[in-house]
Amino acid sequence: MTLHATMPLLVFDNVAKSFTLHLRGGSVLPVIADATLAVHPGECVVLGGASGAGKSSLLKMAYGNYRCAAGAIRVRDRDRIVDLATAAPREILGLRRTTLSYVSQFLRVIPRVSARAVVEAAGREGGLGPEAARIRAGDLLARLNLPERLWALPPATFSGGEQQRVNIARGLIAERPILLMDEPTASLDAQNRAVVVDLIAEKRAAGTAILGIFHDADVREAVATRIVDVAAFRGATAA
Amino acid sequence: MEPLLTVEGLTKRYGRRLACDGIGFSLDPGEVLAVVGESGSGKSTLLSLIAGEVAADAGSVSYRMRDGETRDLDALSVVDRRALMRTDWGFVRQDATQGLRMAVSAGGNVGERLMGVGDRHYGRIRATALDWLARVEIAPDRVDDPPTRFSGGMRQRLQIARNLVTAPRLVLMDEPTSGLDVSVQARLLDMIRGLVAELGLAVIIVTHDLAVARLLSHRVLVMRAGRVIETGLTDQVLDDPQAAYTQLLVSSVLAA
Ligand SMILES: Nc1ncnc2c1ncn2[C@@H]1O[C@H](COP(=O)(O)OP(=O)(O)OP(=O)(O)O)[C@@H](O)[C@H]1O
Ligand SMILES: Nc1ncnc2c1ncn2[C@@H]1O[C@H](COP(=O)(O)OP(=O)(O)OP(=O)(O)O)[C@@H](O)[C@H]1O
Ligand SMILES: [Mg+2]
Ligand SMILES: [Mg+2]
Repeated sequence: MTLHATMPLLVFDNVAKSFTLHLRGGSVLPVIADATLAVHPGECVVLGGASGAGKSSLLKMAYGNYRCAAGAIRVRDRDRIVDLATAAPREILGLRRTTLSYVSQFLRVIPRVSARAVVEAAGREGGLGPEAARIRAGDLLARLNLPERLWALPPATFSGGEQQRVNIARGLIAERPILLMDEPTASLDAQNRAVVVDLIAEKRAAGTAILGIFHDADVREAVATRIVDVAAFRGATAA
Repeated sequence: MEPLLTVEGLTKRYGRRLACDGIGFSLDPGEVLAVVGESGSGKSTLLSLIAGEVAADAGSVSYRMRDGETRDLDALSVVDRRALMRTDWGFVRQDATQGLRMAVSAGGNVGERLMGVGDRHYGRIRATALDWLARVEIAPDRVDDPPTRFSGGMRQRLQIARNLVTAPRLVLMDEPTSGLDVSVQARLLDMIRGLVAELGLAVIIVTHDLAVARLLSHRVLVMRAGRVIETGLTDQVLDDPQAAYTQLLVSSVLAA
């Protein structure tokens, strides 16, 4: 039991990432090498490093959105461990329903679907009943100060900050053990940044393992339990 | 879980041209697979081969029937295969005139599939047809109109109703939204997305529109010159494409 609680939920084990740019003569862009990192329940590990260092790429690999060039990314899914680097597409989709949540920097809008429905659908997909999803979606949108007159509208015409708050609500509505956040506060004002800081603290208290990128120094200060500089993941030959 | 559909080594030659060259994949119940690739890459041929409308030169298609038994479709009699297509499978075509009976009323188009599964009760057939027309947002006062009087978007919605009324488990779609206005497309896509999720349909959808693949599919299969170039989780293939051809395809569109 105690052993279980101290086991990491997410582990990068000697992960490498490079991009082969076929449209540019097949040149290879090395981004990450030898990335080793563990995120435990209740931790909020913040990735630091210069623009282009590979922070977002690491998060995307942890969501199965980018492939791994080498190494393993082990995710604890209840009683088993799955390596995202080798998992089949169906398995990755399964993990996204039960274990992994990802808040990207921008909302990808779905035509004709209202803000509230976007958030509710994420709740139902994450295992909430329709009524619970409805209530929690409303609670989250209210906490994030999204004006109620917008809830029934598709977010396509929303401002950047309004869309981002829908995105955050969508990413946080379901209880998933691992939360990945890529600059979720970038387009928010101070008041809403503070709301996100509170929401993250609540997730941590509930035992969620968080891996995030936060450029805003105040937010990073407030949420990070540890900062990892991605520049260290350059391998022996680079840097 | 045993797959619903398994395709192995499907090959079709037209003269010296290989329209499909050893295509293989499997599909689970409820899974949506998008087939993308340039014009002439063999996407429609692949659907025709799977549907048994064109005979393959090599390869096999097997399907888990409603009784739980997996059968090689080539081993089915012509009658049984046709019955399967009319009940447990659907086929939504790009050209609605090929997927609908243009001289028959909208209600008749939907009712015909029900009669194909043995329903003979006129009142019930009409009620079910009306219900399905409502689900695809076709007004009840249009039920007696033939699809020749319908707009492109309405025809596609009618095709969807006609195909889904028998509660199929697998639906093939060939460019169901192309040639429609953007707003009409969005409405149709939203409808397809909702129905697929609600009914737990397995779908193979051919599209040249990567945004459609992103919106609807779990996995994609990228085809070129009859071959599978790359396959995988939809967002992985679109965001981190590995093959040179896929990179070209993804970079050729503004944002998908
Ligand atoms: N899909 C891709 N194809 C090709 N190159 C990519 C791709 N994604 C990222 N890169 C490249 O990988 C490098 C790392 O990008 P990444 O987005 O991970 O950086 P980052 O640390 O998040 O930067 P920022 O702080 O600016 O967001 C960059 O050089 C970027 O151009
Ligand atoms: N009945 C046929 N007779 C001869 N050649 C055919 C026939 N059907 C298809 N082909 C050829 O097979 C190749 C694949 O055609 P197919 O229709 O499958 O392409 P597609 O990927 O669906 O293209 P599009 O995106 O334009 O619909 C093409 O070169 C086509 O000309
Ligand atoms: Mg980034
Ligand atoms: Mg075609």
